[in-house]
Amino acid sequence: MAGSGTAHLRNTVDAVLTARDLTVEFRISKDKIVKAVSGLSFDVIKGETLAIVGESGCGKTTLARAVLQLPPPNSGEVVFDGTDLTQLPKENLRSARTSMQMIFQDPISSLDPRMTVHQLIDEPLEIWDRGTRAERDERINTLLNNVGLEPELVLNRRSYEFSGGQCQRISIARALALDPRMLICDEPVSALDVSIQAQILNLLQDMKDRFGLTMIFISHDLAVVKAVSNRVMVMYLGKICEVAAPEVLYAKPAHHYTKALLNSVPIADPTRQRATELLQGEPPSPMNPPSGCRFRTRCAAASALCADQEPQLREVTPGQFVACHHPVA
Amino acid sequence: MSSLLSVKDMSINFDTPRGSLEAVRGVDIEIPAGMSVGIVGESGSGKTVMCRAAMGLLQGSNVKRSGTVVFDGHELTAMTKEQVRDLFGSGMAMIFQDPMTALNPVRRIGSQLSEGLRLRLGMSKADALARSKELLELVRIPNAAAVMKSFPYQLSGGMRQRVMIAIAIACNPKLLFADEPTTALDVTVQAQILQLLRELREDLKMSMVLVTHDLGVVAGNTDYVAVMYAGEIVEYAPTTKLFADMRMPYTKALLESIPKIDHKSGTRLDVIEGRLPNPTDRGAGCSFAPRCKFAKEKCHEEHPELKRDPDGHLYRCWFPIGEAL
Repeated sequence: MAGSGTAHLRNTVDAVLTARDLTVEFRISKDKIVKAVSGLSFDVIKGETLAIVGESGCGKTTLARAVLQLPPPNSGEVVFDGTDLTQLPKENLRSARTSMQMIFQDPISSLDPRMTVHQLIDEPLEIWDRGTRAERDERINTLLNNVGLEPELVLNRRSYEFSGGQCQRISIARALALDPRMLICDEPVSALDVSIQAQILNLLQDMKDRFGLTMIFISHDLAVVKAVSNRVMVMYLGKICEVAAPEVLYAKPAHHYTKALLNSVPIADPTRQRATELLQGEPPSPMNPPSGCRFRTRCAAASALCADQEPQLREVTPGQFVACHHPVA
Repeated sequence: MSSLLSVKDMSINFDTPRGSLEAVRGVDIEIPAGMSVGIVGESGSGKTVMCRAAMGLLQGSNVKRSGTVVFDGHELTAMTKEQVRDLFGSGMAMIFQDPMTALNPVRRIGSQLSEGLRLRLGMSKADALARSKELLELVRIPNAAAVMKSFPYQLSGGMRQRVMIAIAIACNPKLLFADEPTTALDVTVQAQILQLLRELREDLKMSMVLVTHDLGVVAGNTDYVAVMYAGEIVEYAPTTKLFADMRMPYTKALLESIPKIDHKSGTRLDVIEGRLPNPTDRGAGCSFAPRCKFAKEKCHEEHPELKRDPDGHLYRCWFPIGEAL
């Protein structure tokens, strides 16, 4: 997983977002630096959903936030719609952000408990001065209807009166208020029950189709990702392991880490043989990542080469890119 | 087959400002010795309340309980709080959903782990600490000596859940309640923790009640499954039987709403529309009827009783799947 390299970038004019060589580091004391994201590149094409998958602490959320410049990356460039966000003055960045919105993992705590649903959804419209009072109210009603909430019933209530699934619907309505081009969803269904999870996943899919959104979808659950994505990027300790279309990645994972992730997904069928080779241990500290390939300390196929040389992303089958010296046969 | 825990006709009501909330309604369940029983349902279906009541942990003045709970020959419902407490540790133990908040943040792992050993088994401090270290090794914590001296915040979620398991099994309990033990964890860590629980159950001949909302977790880790909805058991069967031959439309809908790894990508998931009914006002008919694809008039009017197939498969439905209408 070392996976530096840019072989997987498609360099097309359709790319809504291209991030090159992003590095995000946090200094936590004089000589301790957390290397959250290291030299990572990716692109997202118009209308596509890119899923970013990995364990807790692999840098998925940091990466998504770096795209939004929250905080800006230490180095690298983020080109959104032809503009490098890292170079934009603050005021221009603020207006650029209206076209990229984020949905967070914890639907209840990401909404201000003192604001009514009306205020929550009105806030972005008011800040950006979108229309008159009457036009904005009209817009709020449409947004709530779109996400499957009854405006009369919810407008004057506050977030604590709703369940997790309903709060997530409100967050989605708020994120869509300014007609964004891109939606970044950070584990949007991890805190929800399976039955509600399916409702929200379908809703996101509908919104994407209806408004032609481009999405980045972050999750640790490969099964969830399969349902919604067009391209999957597997991350480990701030680096890319593998990038491919879901059909390819799930059928023939090339990276040992991808394979291990697939083996950990519980299967709702007691007659199916469970995978016996589970990934053991936990990822090493991002303060002191292993040399060469960062996954080598937990990889059964690791050799001396893996410690010496960082593998570069390369295409193993058309459209499938892997950063591994000894890919899964 | 003898049952280790037997719950009969348990109902739990909470007095709330909005009226009486029926959290658990007439639940009967047996946990056979040495077996693992899964309890599955959505948030708010009464799984956790049922388990806590079965352990005698619900004692507040706003709680109305009825029914009996017999554990290993002791009738818990007739015992005082102190008497029930004597069964914790060596009789029953529990691991909780959130490993972040279940541990005391200001005490070291070693002291939290040895507490039960000293209290329950009367060990000396030195013996208890030595045994604690062995327990940490048993739950596969690397570098156990260092972890003994750590505080919870210094450990990852998976490590904390391992510590919780070590505390729970410290006094060799006969029955382990695991309440959503992996819901807060990553899939990779979840797989590790479930594997650990399977191995420990085998080695220690321990029974387990595994509470979860995920039928995928239940599939490989239980012998029997009880599906709960709106405070009632709506289906109960041996795990392999349940997955092979679901009778209750709710169980089927729950299974279909899970995103599966062999689904084609981009396909829509089957969802259960709507939400659980209001727990202060359950209505007359089948609780699931408003969300059920197959509901007929009768379902909205009459409450179905649990039916028993000749092979012991229980379900609460007027028009079960696979039956000619």
